[in-house]
Amino acid sequence: MKLHEYQSKQLFAQQGIPIPRGRLAMTASEVKAIAEELGGRVVVKSQVLVGGRGKAGGIRLAKTSEEAEDLATQILGIQIKGLPVRKVLVDEAVNIQAEIYLGITNDRQARSPVIMASSEGGVEIEEVARMEPEKIVRVSIDPLLGLREFQARYLAAAIELPRDQWRAFIAIALGLYETFRRTDSTLAEVNPLVLTPDGRLLALDGKIVVDDNALFRHPEIADLRDLDEEAPSEREARKYGLSYVKLEGTIGCMVNGAGLAMATMDVIKLYGGQPANFLDIGGGAGAEKVAAAFELILADPNVRAVLLNIFGGITRCDEVARGILMAMDEVKPNMPMVARLVGTNEEEGRRLLSDAHLITATSLIDAAQKAVAAVQGVPTR
Amino acid sequence: MSILVDKNTRLLVQGITGREGLFHSQQMHEYGTRLVAGVRPGKGGEWVLEGKVPLFDTVKQAVEATGANTSVIFVPARSAGDAMMEAAEAGVPLIVCITEGVPVQDMMQVRRYLDQRGVRLVGPNCPGLLTPGEAKVGIIPGHIALTGDIGVVSRSGTLTYEVLYALQQHGRGVSTCVGIGGDPINGTSFIDTLAMFEDDPHTEQVILIGEIGGSDEERAAEFINDKMTKPVVGFVAGRTAPAGKRMGHAGAIVEGGSGLAADKIKALQAARVRVADHPEAIVDLLK
Repeated sequence: MKLHEYQSKQLFAQQGIPIPRGRLAMTASEVKAIAEELGGRVVVKSQVLVGGRGKAGGIRLAKTSEEAEDLATQILGIQIKGLPVRKVLVDEAVNIQAEIYLGITNDRQARSPVIMASSEGGVEIEEVARMEPEKIVRVSIDPLLGLREFQARYLAAAIELPRDQWRAFIAIALGLYETFRRTDSTLAEVNPLVLTPDGRLLALDGKIVVDDNALFRHPEIADLRDLDEEAPSEREARKYGLSYVKLEGTIGCMVNGAGLAMATMDVIKLYGGQPANFLDIGGGAGAEKVAAAFELILADPNVRAVLLNIFGGITRCDEVARGILMAMDEVKPNMPMVARLVGTNEEEGRRLLSDAHLITATSLIDAAQKAVAAVQGVPTR
Repeated sequence: MSILVDKNTRLLVQGITGREGLFHSQQMHEYGTRLVAGVRPGKGGEWVLEGKVPLFDTVKQAVEATGANTSVIFVPARSAGDAMMEAAEAGVPLIVCITEGVPVQDMMQVRRYLDQRGVRLVGPNCPGLLTPGEAKVGIIPGHIALTGDIGVVSRSGTLTYEVLYALQQHGRGVSTCVGIGGDPINGTSFIDTLAMFEDDPHTEQVILIGEIGGSDEERAAEFINDKMTKPVVGFVAGRTAPAGKRMGHAGAIVEGGSGLAADKIKALQAARVRVADHPEAIVDLLK
C-alpha cells in the first residue's frame, strides 16, 4: 500500500526527521490561508499516488499567498496519469544547496534490508542507477540488529557530505530505518533530502510503501488508505481477500492459485484470446468468497465468457462448485462459462456442476480453446 | 528415491488443530506419512486424528518425546514467524511453512535466524513437499503423482499440481516435488533444490516452474549452465502479466523493468533448458 507524500512525511517527522513546515488543503482558499501562515513563499504540491507529478505541472512554486491560491485552483483541476488531484500539500519554500537521495528497501537477493544513499538526489533513483550507478552507495542491514550508527556514517562519508552535517544525517538515517521498521514498509524513501544554505538537512519529499501482509498489526496505517486512488473492483476484491487485477480482454478468469492464474492467462493468449483479468481466489476459499469473485468478474462490462480453472489442493473442488452455484443463483449470468475442476473432491465438485449448464473441459488447453471459441460465438456444446 | 523427505521423515505439525491444519494432517496421515506429533499451545496432553497423534504445548517437548525431524507449519501469518523460530530453536533440521501472508520483515528476520542455526526452510506461502509413495509434507494432493525419476521444483502451488497431473496422465512419475513458495523472501531457493536433485541418484531430470518477479530463475539458469549434468525442462508463468502489478503472490511483480517472464525464459534457454509454452506441454519436452 502506497502512502501519500504528506502521510509519509508525517511518519518521518514522528521519528525525528526534519520536514518543511506545511499542511494539507482541499480548496484554493485553504491554500491561501496556509500560505499566509507560512509567510507567502510556498510550494503547492498535488497529492496523487503516481510518479512524475512535477513534469505534469502538479508541483508549483508560489511567491505570494495570492499566487498560491491561483496555482492551487489550477492544480486542483488537473488529472495526473488519469488520477484527478483532490488535495494539495502546501509547504514552506526552502532554499536548496544540495539534493541527496536516502532510501531503505528490501534486497530480495541478500534477504535483508538495504539502505541506499546518493549525492544525486531529486531525480528518480532508478534513473541514477541507469545513468550513474557508481553514484549510489548501498549498505546491507542485518535484519536482527537493525541499522547501526557506523553504517550511517559510512554513507555520509561515501556521498561526500560535509562533516558538519554528519551528525544530523546519521540521526535522519536512523530515523528512516525506525520508520521502515515501525510501518513494516517495503520502501521508505526521502528524495530529495536537501541541504539548505544555512546548513540544515530537510526531508523535502518522501515515499512509503507498506507491506500489505503486515497491515493487520498497523490499523492506524491501514486507515491511511486513500480509497479515491484505487479502482472500485480492486477495493471490492480486497474486502473478500481476493487477489484481482483488471486487464483489457474479454475472457474473465477465476483461478485458484497465483501461478495457475498467470498460466491460465498465458494459455488464453496463446490460443488467440485476451484475458479480462487476473483473479486468484486463494487457498481455502469458501463458497461465499467464490461467489464474490464471480460477481467481480461479471461486473466487468468487457467480459463475454468466463473460464473457471480450479485445481483442488487446499481449496476443495466441492466447495468451489457450491460457490459457483450460489453465485449463479444470485447473478444469473447470461454468457458462456467454461469450467475445469481437478483435485481434492473433484467427483463431488463435477457432480454439483453437471446440472448447471456449464461447458466442461478436461484440460487447460481444452478449457482455453473452448473459452476463446465461446467469445467468437462458435458453438462448442 | 528422493530429496528432503522420505519414509524416514518423522513429521510434526505446528497448528494441527486449525481447520486447514487438521484437514491436511488427516490427508498426510492417510497418505502414509509418519505423522508423530502435533503442537498446539494449551492443548498439550490431548490427542487428535482418532487418538493417533499426540499434542504438545511446545515444539521442544514434541521433539524430545517423538524424535520429530521435520515440522510443517499451518499457523496463521501473524504467528508464523514465531513458529518457524521456535522449530529452529528446538533443533528441527527441516521446516516447511505453508502459511501465506507472512510479513516480509518477519521473513527477513526468520531467514537470518534460521541460517545462523543451519536449519533448512521450505516456503513460506508454499504447497510443501511430496515424495510419492513415501511422504507428503504439506498440501500437495497425493493422488495426482506417481513414483518416478523426475524432480519437480516450483514457486507456485496449484500450477505445480497442474504439472503433476499432466505427468500422471502420461504415466510419468516424480522423485520429489518441492514447492519453494511465492514470497519475495523465502527459504530454499531454486538453486538449492537443483543442487539436491543433481546429487540425488534417483532423479534423472528436473522440471523447474518459475514465474515473474525477482531474479531466481536467472540465477537458476546460471547454475544449470555451470553445474548441472541432468536435463532440465522449464516453464515461466506470467508472460501476459502487466508491469507494476502484484499477481497474487507477494513476490510476483515486475518492477523497474526487472522480473519479466521473457527475460527469465531467455536466460533459461541460454542455459539449454527446454522451456514449454504452456504447462501441459512440459511433458512433451521431457526425455
